[in-house]
Amino acid sequence: MRITQGTFSFLPDLTDEQIIAQVQYCLDHGWAVNIEYTDDPHPRNTYWEMWGIPMFDVPDAAGVMLALAECRKAHAGSNYIRMSAFDSSYGWESLRLSFITDRPANEPGFALERQERNGRQIAYTTRAYSAMKPEGERYSG
Amino acid sequence: MSGAIDLKRDFASSGLDAELAQLDRDLVGLAPVKRRIREIAALLLVDRARQTLGLATEPPTLHMSFTGNPGTGKTTVALRMAGILHKLGYVRRGHLVSVTRDDLVGQYIGHTAPKTRDVLKKAMGGVLFIDEAYYLYRPENERDYGQEAIEILLQIMENQRDDLVVILAGYADRMDTFFSSNPGFRSRIAHHIDFPDYDDGELVTIAGTLLGQMGYRLSTGAQVALGDYVARRRSQPHFANARSIRNALDRARLRQAVRLFDRDDGVVTADQLSTIEAEDIRASRVFADPAEPSA
Repeated sequence: MRITQGTFSFLPDLTDEQIIAQVQYCLDHGWAVNIEYTDDPHPRNTYWEMWGIPMFDVPDAAGVMLALAECRKAHAGSNYIRMSAFDSSYGWESLRLSFITDRPANEPGFALERQERNGRQIAYTTRAYSAMKPEGERYSG
Repeated sequence: MSGAIDLKRDFASSGLDAELAQLDRDLVGLAPVKRRIREIAALLLVDRARQTLGLATEPPTLHMSFTGNPGTGKTTVALRMAGILHKLGYVRRGHLVSVTRDDLVGQYIGHTAPKTRDVLKKAMGGVLFIDEAYYLYRPENERDYGQEAIEILLQIMENQRDDLVVILAGYADRMDTFFSSNPGFRSRIAHHIDFPDYDDGELVTIAGTLLGQMGYRLSTGAQVALGDYVARRRSQPHFANARSIRNALDRARLRQAVRLFDRDDGVVTADQLSTIEAEDIRASRVFADPAEPSA
């Protein structure tokens, strides 16, 4: 099941040229671009691991792409990688944009678990099949 | 055929002639440097014209090395270079990141690579200026981390030529040693530009410009005195061209201040406040007995 989230979730994955254009847009607005990765695809997993620090002093997208290339070398294939842009200006102070740049080749999807409770109530839980394995081994096979 | 291209109009519309004229006006002397900058500008314009006409173009290598004695304007020109390359559309942002060994080389194992990459990330789309680049390589210490920074630099210089222009600067003799021990650097740098020393007349002109920027001017006597000063200062040790002149002017301003302060009546006019007199310059140690060493 293809995980989607963020600004361009309805589009196919962005190509590198498209990523460069988006990153440059963020930088031109003065937003700090972050690179994050995770191997837990659960939608409630909000805080991903950061690759380096937010890039708030990089004026050109090529610099960010340099960092993305390093992150891909370490984590592509075994992790999701996303980019987010943080607007620190007063009143916003939050993410303005975020999109997934890399995903594992095989995304097994989620299981729906039903828990039967008192009075025929049912509680639902989604669990990623990949998260059944320990961290770091989830997408290695 | 797709027609012809008016290079002259192209040149005018790029805003480059203004930049080059400004360079000509602001920088005294440095004829070979200006000639090389013109050549590079022409090459880039021709390249752009070729591209418009659909001829094969190879993105030119623009990494440069500036060599010359202290105070010959290497840093000043590097700053200008960023603007020129930006006007030509060769670098996207036109900012200059100026670094020395400290900014690139780490203190312990594993510290250098992230540090160098951080600097490179910042410089992408602009010009990276490495001042006193020969310090990167310390042959006397084989475990020196400088070598690691050099390797990363070389890799980026080769692979990301469209994204980054690297300018190395340093004194000629030491840069020669640096290049001979790092042949990879020499071959990746297309433009080796040598900054000549200024002659006496040029230095006096520079002094005038510097003072003008600070809102001072030289009296006629001081002009002559400064000419004598330059001639004498040159023969003394640690002569650093325009930098020596700037320091001399700073000291002349100090003496002028004291002279005005010590006047009996204590009343000064704007004209007096902004004029450097001959005595302010003649009081320099450079005019002292030649047998006596000066700093």
